[in-house]
Amino acid sequence: MITNKPNSEAVSRFATQLQEAPAEVEGRSLWQDARRRFMHNKAAMISLITLSVIILLCLFGSQLGDFTYDDIDWNAMQIAPDTASGHFFGTDSLGRDLFVRTLVGGQISLMVGVLGALVAIVIGTLYGAMAGFIGGRTDSFMMRTLEILNSFPFMFFVILLVTFFGRNIMLIFIAIGAVSWLDMARIVRGQTLSLKSKEFIEAAHVCGVSTWAIITRHIVPNVLGIVVVYATLLVPSMILFESFLSYLGLGVQEPMTSWGALLNEGSKTMEVAPWQLLFPAGFLVTTLFCFNFVGDGLRDALDPKDR
Amino acid sequence: MSLLSIKNLEVHFSTPDGTVTAVNKLNFSLEAGQTLGIVGESGSGKSQTAFALMGLLAKNGKVSGEATFDGKSIVGLSEKELNRIRSEKIAMIFQDPMTSLNPYMRVGEQLMEVLMLHKGMTKADAFEESVRMLDAVKMPEARKRMKMFPHEFSGGMRQRVMIAMALLCRPQLLIADEPTTALDVTVQAQIMTLLSELQRDFNTAIIMITHDLGVVAGICDKVLVMYAGRTMEYGSARDIFYRPSHPYTQGLLSAIPRLDSDDMAALPTIPGNPPNLLKLPQGCPFQDRCQHVSDICRYSEPELITTSDQRQRACHWLAEEQA
Amino acid sequence: MLKFVFKRLIEAIPTLLVLILVSFVLMHAAPGSPFTGERSLPPEILANIEAKYGLDQPLYVQFFHYLGGLLQGDLGPSFKYKDFSVNELVGQSFPVSAEIGLWAFLTAVVLGVLFGVVAALKQNTWVDYGVMSLAMTGVVIPSFVLAPLLVLIFAVHLRWLPAGGWNGGEWMYMLLPVLAMAAHYISSIARIMRGSMIEIMHSNFIRTARAKGLPAGYIIWRHALKPALLPVISYLGPAFVGIITGSVVIETIFGLPGIGQLFVNGSLNRDYSMVLGITVLIGALTIMFNAIVDIMYAYIDPKIRY
Repeated sequence: MITNKPNSEAVSRFATQLQEAPAEVEGRSLWQDARRRFMHNKAAMISLITLSVIILLCLFGSQLGDFTYDDIDWNAMQIAPDTASGHFFGTDSLGRDLFVRTLVGGQISLMVGVLGALVAIVIGTLYGAMAGFIGGRTDSFMMRTLEILNSFPFMFFVILLVTFFGRNIMLIFIAIGAVSWLDMARIVRGQTLSLKSKEFIEAAHVCGVSTWAIITRHIVPNVLGIVVVYATLLVPSMILFESFLSYLGLGVQEPMTSWGALLNEGSKTMEVAPWQLLFPAGFLVTTLFCFNFVGDGLRDALDPKDR
Repeated sequence: MSLLSIKNLEVHFSTPDGTVTAVNKLNFSLEAGQTLGIVGESGSGKSQTAFALMGLLAKNGKVSGEATFDGKSIVGLSEKELNRIRSEKIAMIFQDPMTSLNPYMRVGEQLMEVLMLHKGMTKADAFEESVRMLDAVKMPEARKRMKMFPHEFSGGMRQRVMIAMALLCRPQLLIADEPTTALDVTVQAQIMTLLSELQRDFNTAIIMITHDLGVVAGICDKVLVMYAGRTMEYGSARDIFYRPSHPYTQGLLSAIPRLDSDDMAALPTIPGNPPNLLKLPQGCPFQDRCQHVSDICRYSEPELITTSDQRQRACHWLAEEQA
Repeated sequence: MLKFVFKRLIEAIPTLLVLILVSFVLMHAAPGSPFTGERSLPPEILANIEAKYGLDQPLYVQFFHYLGGLLQGDLGPSFKYKDFSVNELVGQSFPVSAEIGLWAFLTAVVLGVLFGVVAALKQNTWVDYGVMSLAMTGVVIPSFVLAPLLVLIFAVHLRWLPAGGWNGGEWMYMLLPVLAMAAHYISSIARIMRGSMIEIMHSNFIRTARAKGLPAGYIIWRHALKPALLPVISYLGPAFVGIITGSVVIETIFGLPGIGQLFVNGSLNRDYSMVLGITVLIGALTIMFNAIVDIMYAYIDPKIRY
């Protein structure tokens, strides 16, 4: 029926009307809209600012102290926080400045967090998108593999690897990244699958929008949102992962340190020197808080469901 | 006295961008056993009118005005008082039968719970009564289907379940919110026939909410045409259908495809979209899409006027014609 | 339903085999051996010892030998503690971990669901904000920070509870480890439950239930709770793994003689058979638990059952 000429003319006229009409309902793109909503989210904005401060502090703050992370101050072993001596956060049991060690440890923790998340996202997105796009048998095989991997007690493997092959920061990256891509893969696959069958994608096909335009204008923005959100939430869990290993004494090698390693030392002396636990814990928890709030804020901003 | 009479009903939603008036100064009445059609495009406020009557508005919604059912006001009732009216006096069926039934419960349980909670029936009695009601909505093998889950039913069958569920307590009024929109055309016809048969058998009044004037023509006594939350035209189905007097009604009617017309060329449409309720223009809300628009429509909103043939309409164009 | 349960359990077997194979190969690919300690043994003696444990045979023979043992529930001898089998060592420490883990898991599910439902029903009130801030705190504070803090407060300062030890599983000794372990999962489950409950309460079928004039409490209990639990059930698998993993740290902090401690010591001592045994045991538990979760999911969602 639709091939009938007068009818198709009517349809095309209708289409032009549709194009002209929405002018009055001002259009906002998804990202503009998301940014506006994110800026209105006080918790997320405060977290973002706090997070930036912490990151800058970790990167450049260690220059502020008079000490380096492995300097031993023989005159000040395990002293309480004190501005006069220049040990703002006190010193540890070996007389090393805790302020500098916390910031240097932060560098390691943040780096592991970001790089680990990056590894997980690259692997996970590629794997998930491939499974979703190809579909069929390949998909079910890939998902079955994922399921098997998911039943592995990975932390135990990581502990094994680290104890057998020796401590090595690269090994930790790889181990952490390799473990955490599973969820990402699942999420991306789900998104790809549901997008592939969405009406607006089909509609775009029918209206003759090119494949390239469909991918860039419809699929990428839709998947990107969830990837960004997940990445923000992945970083803190990566930091946690590293801290966990360091806490067990399986992370970075002395005298280098990380927040987890500092917490480990701190909890041993918490009864006599609580600051050794509290300062690194404060930094770690604040960072995790901020990442979570920013992630939640991004999710709320990018999820059109809650409009 | 009318079964239901609505005076100056308004529904407001407070949103981050301002207050939206979804329903504006609505008036109508409905006699027992009769059918009223409420017609309009998406977003014209017809569903919100129904939700307002049932107390089902979203949390940011507020009703004002009067709604009297069977001699009692039903605006601003507590949840507890509403629960004594819902199902027992007024029942409602929804647009999308696919999602309106609980997918995690057996159909039978969803029917029986109404009778057990409202009528205090025992499980066994409720089961038998539910089967009887499923038979009444012409559900084949009703007894067997009581144990099934909604996803095992087709769309039409689910809507039959919804109708049976709504009629279990023999309500005096049934509100049907686009009951056939999500269904195939043949199934639509079956459901509409079923509704009018049930109306005859149970003597239920019906408010039929739809965007399809064709649906209204068959079964309605009165028709209310809504646009941007306002009444555009209100009168007997005969008048509205055969002698539409408002440009919007005329537009809706001419947009129905007719088999008896030779002219295949162009199915007329009403150009443009309904206005943004947050930014209503000054004057008539329909002005930008109206083919009879004149200067007066740009600055003054037409009053709803009752004309000689007992019909109400809000339009300057006709007001001028008659003057 | 029975067919589904059966099918799901059958599916777990190849997963388990892959797990055993991978663990086995990994363990044998590791450099060094438990017997090349600080002092090097004469080669003849080393060969003797290796022959005793069957390490001189080809890998695949060793694997099938190991698998045969597993089928009879035998995890082999410990390489380090010469007088004990892995079964004996695991048998002593597993009940400790299981008891603490089980309590932590139950606490997490019950409290998490409860908090989540309350927050959802009181959405955007101070109750909601309060519960959710608490939950956010619980999510971000790692157990190895929370545990020392709890000890500092309840054991060192208030002296209400012991700082560590097991003492045959007296409840006083279990309280802090269970709380430290569960806090993160209570919070996560509360957040998930709140989200899904809010979504369900806005769904069309809840609107239908309200239109039917059913009482609010009845709607929540009969209509909303089951579907709202589905995302929580999906989370139970990861939560289970997380609690097992967390036990490594919690047991170290509180000095509990559990399987986590055993594992860490085993891997530091290169006690391969022990480490392998624990890995296989935990992997098997995880696989079994995932199967149970899937079955629970199917029990609630009728669309999956058929």
